[in-house]
Amino acid sequence: MLLSLLHIAIIAPFLFALVIPFFYKKIPSIHTGWFVLILPTVIFIYLLTFIPTISRGETVTQLLPWVPSLGINFDIHLDGLALLFSLLISGIGVLVILYSIYYLDKNKESLHNFYFYLMMFMGAMLGVVLSGNLMVLYVFWELTSLSSALLIGYWYDREKSRYGSLKSMLVTVSGGFSMLAGFSLLYVITGTFTITEIIAQVDTVAASGLFIPTMILVLLGAFTKSAQFPFHIWLPDAMEAPTPVSAYLHSATMVKAGIYLVARLSPVFSGSSEWFWIVSGFGLFTLLWGSFNAVRQTDLKSILAYSTISQLGMIMSMLGLGSAAAFYGYEAGYTAATVAAVFHLINHSTFKGSLFMVAGIVDHETGTRDIRKLGGLMTFMPITFTISIIGAFSMAGIYPFNGFLSKEMFLESMVEATHITSLNMASLGFIFPLVAWIASVFTFIYSMILVFKTFTGNYQPEKLDKKPHEAPIGMLIPPIILVGLVVIFGFFPNILAHSIIEPAVQSIYPYGLTGVEHFDVHISPWHGFTPALFMTVSIVAVGVLMYLTLTKWQKIYTFLRLHQKDPVNYIYDGIVKRVVPVAKRVTKVPETGLLRDYLAYMYIFLIVAVVFTLYHFGGFAIETANVAEIPIYVWVIVAVIAAAALLIPFLKNRVTAIIATSFVGFLVALLFVMFRAPDLALTQLLVETVTTALFLLCFYHLPELRNEKSKPTFKWTNVIISIGVGVLVTTMALSSLALKSKKGFESIANYFLENAHDFAGGDNVVNVILVDFRGMDTMFEILVLGIAALGIVALIKLKLNGKEDINEK
Amino acid sequence: MLHSVAFIVMCILAIAIALCLFRMVKGPSMFDRIVALDLLGITLIGFVGMLMIVQQTLVYVEVILVLGILSFVGTVALSKYMEGGVVIERDRD
Repeated sequence: MLLSLLHIAIIAPFLFALVIPFFYKKIPSIHTGWFVLILPTVIFIYLLTFIPTISRGETVTQLLPWVPSLGINFDIHLDGLALLFSLLISGIGVLVILYSIYYLDKNKESLHNFYFYLMMFMGAMLGVVLSGNLMVLYVFWELTSLSSALLIGYWYDREKSRYGSLKSMLVTVSGGFSMLAGFSLLYVITGTFTITEIIAQVDTVAASGLFIPTMILVLLGAFTKSAQFPFHIWLPDAMEAPTPVSAYLHSATMVKAGIYLVARLSPVFSGSSEWFWIVSGFGLFTLLWGSFNAVRQTDLKSILAYSTISQLGMIMSMLGLGSAAAFYGYEAGYTAATVAAVFHLINHSTFKGSLFMVAGIVDHETGTRDIRKLGGLMTFMPITFTISIIGAFSMAGIYPFNGFLSKEMFLESMVEATHITSLNMASLGFIFPLVAWIASVFTFIYSMILVFKTFTGNYQPEKLDKKPHEAPIGMLIPPIILVGLVVIFGFFPNILAHSIIEPAVQSIYPYGLTGVEHFDVHISPWHGFTPALFMTVSIVAVGVLMYLTLTKWQKIYTFLRLHQKDPVNYIYDGIVKRVVPVAKRVTKVPETGLLRDYLAYMYIFLIVAVVFTLYHFGGFAIETANVAEIPIYVWVIVAVIAAAALLIPFLKNRVTAIIATSFVGFLVALLFVMFRAPDLALTQLLVETVTTALFLLCFYHLPELRNEKSKPTFKWTNVIISIGVGVLVTTMALSSLALKSKKGFESIANYFLENAHDFAGGDNVVNVILVDFRGMDTMFEILVLGIAALGIVALIKLKLNGKEDINEK
Repeated sequence: MLHSVAFIVMCILAIAIALCLFRMVKGPSMFDRIVALDLLGITLIGFVGMLMIVQQTLVYVEVILVLGILSFVGTVALSKYMEGGVVIERDRD
């Protein structure tokens, strides 16, 4: 029940972020990054201690109530998948911070902001992967969106940074909201937010009518975060962030949050063909689109951004394919796709992180990232070149690096996919290996562009701002470590197999694998002459050919109108650009600023609402049973009142209008007398006279108006509305009278009549009610009069300049 | 007997009120209208008196008194407005 160390590991980055500005201000001589470096290192080492436990197939659960009444608890569920992600987050976090110490200048940059955001992001990301509760996951999810937007807009004085920041925020947060809706639906279906309990109720979820909407809403969140087509557009624009941020957030961690979510909720949804087709379909298209578009980029980071999109699509498609195992049993080999997904996830983080760092080094040492200006840097930067060639070859899938292994496994599972007999796979299954092959060719091409256009070819010193030289050693250490891992995992993949990949796959298939005696992941570089090997060979061959003839076929991008920007951007820009004008136009239609229009809306609404209600509940009723006899003189008086009231709108002279109003008021007082209400009549007479005097006072101050001469304009709509309101109110009054006698409601007047004398000691029942039975109302009406009086004094005495003019003449 | 007389009187008064309205609408000058309003006040006093007879009560006496005062005040206010344009004058000292 208490705060465990794992909870502290999540909260610590947030708390630590608070003291970062202190380090920055008080110890300016030492780069703030050195202090920040400590915490992720500690967390990483702490998380490493869980490997033995997790690899035995156990999970660690820590409970902490937060809002128990709503089922929202800060629970931690550490299993293979969570451990894999949290190790990636903290481990690459350490390397990125080390890199940023050399990348960011401590005198020119506001480091306290940078590391504050970065720590916030790290804590949020750890929270996302370790949460066992969907609501807590959502909270951390939005925190990652927020801190990511802050980091993208780190150089906020640049237009493009702000654009990228806003774009990523809009896309990921709108996805996050739909995910929240999906989680809420899951709660509606299962009655819990705890992930393990939801997984336990997988049959309930699958049988629910809300299954499809829930799945789509959750997937929208995952797809926007993981930059799947068509939500990938924010990622290339997020490249305006400092390079350490791009390396960390936009290649290794945040963009994989969507992958994490899909993997985490796979057990809940994977039994359906919709899940299979949506996840793998979008994944495959993103894979193709990203790799195809990466080739046309000229900016190193843009190439890497599209490459990330493509690789994320690849992982996503493998997760989708892996869900087929839910149909076919877990021995059948479909789990291979999931193993490949998890393995490639790790590999991608290593080589992509190092490649981003290389791009940052090139930018840092030459002043540009444009491959048209770069070239021939091999001799100036031998170490950077070595790093990038390993990273790029691994990305392209060339032996002996780790990318080769996961690409082989990917191709193999794609070929395997054609053997699936249901899910429409017999007719459409060929798409999988075909797309995989084409995308891999393009992947090969842009990987080669990345290395060879930058480091070989002609050196163009006239286009560079700086004289290039090798990066400082501190900047080289993180990418060297990462490519070291690329090589190590390439040669000894099985060190990961048992410790990390197996438990991670086990978390994705929590049920299937329990039935299997021994789930063994064995990755070996040599499978024999499989179709996948031939595919790899042909990919390399075709890739080399196409790379060499790049200038000849590159016109295809101009032909397809892809040469300027991603077509999806036109949609996004169009929406963002038009939303405000359209909203303005829509607002302008009802908001005319004219009081008469607003009154018309109110009365029309009143008429519609009340007429509908009366009609719907059959409330119209007129009762004539208990009506008193009306003497002729009353008819005459009422006719005179009606005539005078009807005349008022047509009078041309203001003073005449005052007299007519006064006329009506006096006659109303007479009606009060007739109906035996002397107190009312008295008050009515007094108020009427005072009102008349007030009107006269006001009219004196009005300018000589044109209205004095011209008639009020006549409008049929106003006439109809006013007649409608009049008829409506009359009908309501009559109906309420009928309702009273129909339902047998008794008046409470008898109580006052009987008790006024005995209880209150008064014989004037009206006055007794006002000051005794219902004295509270009277008090507040006095207050109203007092406020009105003060208001009038304030209006008259206080002029616009704010000074009192009591003493002024 | 008394009631029929009262009925006839009240009918006559009602017709008088209607005639007041006619004068108020017709004008032709503003002073005609003001006088019509003043006349309405006086007619109402008579009407309320008849109602006291019919309803056999004395509680409307205040109404009659107030009507008398207010009818006067209203007429004076309107006349003053028509005369000088001001109802309540400022101190000129």
